[in-house]
Amino acid sequence: MDEFESFFRWLHQAHGLNFSVAYDAYDRAQYLSGLWTTIKLSVLCIGVSLVIGVIGAWAQGARFAPVRWAMHGYVAFFRNTPPLIQLYFFFFAIGSVLPGLVGDDGARPLVSNFAWAVIALSFFAGALNVEIFRSGLEAVPQTTVEAAESLGYTRLQAYVHVVLPLAVRISLPALGTNLVNLAKTTTLAYAIAVPELLYVSAQIWSEQLNVREMMNVVLVSYVGLIAVLVWVLHRWERALRVPGYGQDE
Amino acid sequence: MSVRSSIMVPRGAPLPVLLPLRRPAPRSLTLPLDAAWQRRATLVVLVLLASWLLCAEALAQAGVARPGIVALLWKWTPVIFSGFLFNILISVLSMAIGTVAGVALGLLQVSLVRPVRRSAWVVTQFFRNAPWLVILFYCILLIPFEFTILGATVPFPAWIKAVIGLSLPVMAYVSEFVRGAVSSIPSGQWEAAESLAFSRLQTMTMIILPQCVKRLLPPWMNLYAILTMATPLVSIVGVQEAMTLTRAALSSEGRFDLLIPMYLYILVWFFLYCYPISRYTVRLEQRHGRAS
Repeated sequence: MDEFESFFRWLHQAHGLNFSVAYDAYDRAQYLSGLWTTIKLSVLCIGVSLVIGVIGAWAQGARFAPVRWAMHGYVAFFRNTPPLIQLYFFFFAIGSVLPGLVGDDGARPLVSNFAWAVIALSFFAGALNVEIFRSGLEAVPQTTVEAAESLGYTRLQAYVHVVLPLAVRISLPALGTNLVNLAKTTTLAYAIAVPELLYVSAQIWSEQLNVREMMNVVLVSYVGLIAVLVWVLHRWERALRVPGYGQDE
Repeated sequence: MSVRSSIMVPRGAPLPVLLPLRRPAPRSLTLPLDAAWQRRATLVVLVLLASWLLCAEALAQAGVARPGIVALLWKWTPVIFSGFLFNILISVLSMAIGTVAGVALGLLQVSLVRPVRRSAWVVTQFFRNAPWLVILFYCILLIPFEFTILGATVPFPAWIKAVIGLSLPVMAYVSEFVRGAVSSIPSGQWEAAESLAFSRLQTMTMIILPQCVKRLLPPWMNLYAILTMATPLVSIVGVQEAMTLTRAALSSEGRFDLLIPMYLYILVWFFLYCYPISRYTVRLEQRHGRAS
């Protein structure tokens, strides 16, 4: 570890390449906490957006027409408006209406900016997940549903035990693409000062004045992070592929 | 296991298979999402927005004598519209640059030379996996603000750097589309062209690519809608566009009750521009689905 640090110190002094995250303990701690926040944000958003997708796809097939309309409206609106402005809308517009909490350490907002980022990004990605799950549900053969019904399943039981598991497996490729996009979109949280990777890196480069080096570190970190996610999803997709659907490799 | 235990058959009751046949509800679990539904949903959204705005207007005018919400939105419309036109300009330029570069990169991805193919793949994956905002920061901060060519100083304003920053991910996506489209053309087409003594270049430009255009059009249009929705990102890196102007308008009015209507208003602007594009994309896809 010492040699690692002294190498980067030497790189800074001899060649002017200031990778401060490699040798400066404070900068490194900041960078790692940013990385951790990005991972937390991504995982939380993926989870919440999946829940929205499953419930939404169910609601699109609801018997009560207004529920269907509301769901179509939600999907159409969130799919066709910029995620950044959605985030601003939640944080600045809705957030300004909500009351604040007054605790021992002074007043603070009811919903923190991290929570707003999770809400806004999940709603954005959730709208796409609804569409993806819906097309997955439509791809489940009607005969499978009839078979479940002839075995005495109720509509909900058939949905939970037969249709949904198959639909998830069919829609995995499209779902994977959307979840990767969601992880990339978490950088937008920068705009509302959530201390995620991009935000803490901007702080580091404005203190150390090493924009060039830090920018490359950020780019490589994100590409690495996304590559891990892509790899995991790809493994998952292959393991859960329904035989007889899509192209056989 | 859970499947079996969840079918609750009361003790002594006949098994479901022994019950008299009851026709299941004729409706399937999901409804096909046809154009009429989508239109109705859009109408509902817009009517709700409009009625809510009118309510807010009435409430605002019932109080002290201040300009109403609708009047304020109307007052700022020309400013926001000019910003929005700039967003569209950025999206069109980025799309043009990204498409040209992407087609070239995509063709390199199907090159016969292995190192070329591999390196084009690496470039594509890199820009596809990097977040748009990070690429944007990269271009804004690391491209110099002016170039000196033959003694003459050429300024390089931030918005052009932003256009380049947005066109890089577009390039990567288009490259993947092209690769996918080329490899989806049946190999019989290649063989037939070869038997007619077409060179590889001729086969590509006269046989394969024209057939790819039809397959490329829907994802390409979808990408354009996504790019348009990404243009507000340039406001984060300090280029003035619709979002910047909206926030400036908000801070100059300093009205608390204007926040929600104003942000909704700019969202509706983008919606009105992107929604027709995505509807048309779906229609194109459906037509192709029927044709093939």
